[in-house]
Amino acid sequence: MAKTAVQEFTKGLWAEIPPFRLVLGLCPVLAVTTGVENGIGMGVATTFVLVCSNVLISLLRNVIPKKVRIACFIAVIATFVTVVELLMQAFAYPLFLKLGIFIPLIVVNCIVLGRAEAFAAKNKVIPSFADGLGIGLGFTLSLGALGGIREILGSGMFYGMPVFGPSFQPFGFMVQAPGAFVCLGLMLCVMNMLGKK
Amino acid sequence: MTDYLILIVSCIFVNNILLMQYLGNCPFLGVSKKMETATGMSMAVVFVLVMAGAITWIVDSFLLKPFDLEYLRTLTFIMVIACLVQFVEMFLRKSIPTLYAGLGIFLPLITTNCAVMGVCLINIMEEYSFIQALVASFAYAIGFGLALVLFAGLRERIALARVPKPLQDTSIGLVTAGMLSLAFFAFKGMV
Repeated sequence: MAKTAVQEFTKGLWAEIPPFRLVLGLCPVLAVTTGVENGIGMGVATTFVLVCSNVLISLLRNVIPKKVRIACFIAVIATFVTVVELLMQAFAYPLFLKLGIFIPLIVVNCIVLGRAEAFAAKNKVIPSFADGLGIGLGFTLSLGALGGIREILGSGMFYGMPVFGPSFQPFGFMVQAPGAFVCLGLMLCVMNMLGKK
Repeated sequence: MTDYLILIVSCIFVNNILLMQYLGNCPFLGVSKKMETATGMSMAVVFVLVMAGAITWIVDSFLLKPFDLEYLRTLTFIMVIACLVQFVEMFLRKSIPTLYAGLGIFLPLITTNCAVMGVCLINIMEEYSFIQALVASFAYAIGFGLALVLFAGLRERIALARVPKPLQDTSIGLVTAGMLSLAFFAFKGMV
């Protein structure tokens, strides 16, 4: 039991790391990763929703009728997203303003619904918790990495601190929309290369 | 009149929902391998987005705002969209089977298309009037279709090219999307 839970947790970190291995939930990945802080903030919010909804759906999996399960899952997820929204408004207001529309949009993040449908609806509570935590952490790491690369190249800073000397000319392309697509595409390419070996 | 024209142009090109606002990217990469699926998806989005934009605006203005229930917006909107998609599917299957045959498989996917939810939320945040919300929803949907069809055309050509192994499929797709986004970037000074 304990072993499987650990396995479910670790698979989210490499073997099935979302946006790269599961190409799902791309919108927040592209939109909020202009910096490390935004990326990690978004990742943590998504992880919270993922873990809570996985646990609750796993608890309710024998109660929810098969035919209306998607609607029930969405209701559960939307509830937790509302919780996150209100919590962030109370405790992390600047971050809430920066992430803006993408907080309510966690509801339609395919990763969350995907894990509910593919995992939590079929498994016990502890593995579902581990799965949610693993996938969420993997998502946070990817967002942080992408945010880091884009922030370093695009504005010459890391977590708001300058990395290069004053002579550095920021590569503005990276923090704009096109840079997001290109950067994610190239990171996916690197992941594929590493995965082959 | 010019106001609406500016709104339409800015929603289709300048703030293109896929390439500039980063909404609805899952179907953007998922269904863009073939032109037919891309056009089917675009049409389904136009259909649902206009209806969802109108209904969520009505729900927000007459139900949520008067009773100070704005914090329930996320929950209400997603439920409205999910129900709407279900009804549209049932209605089309019964009364317009030819249209259903074309759109059928794409309709359920639209529930989790963040473009739909995103546009509904943008309409509320920008405090559009009902007509403005309707026009904006339609224009955003057209922008979605335009970008998706353009991208599908590019991807059909790329499928024939010899791409290095690690770059294949989604990876080269994203880089191409970046280039397309760069082209749309040029519209930025227009409005």
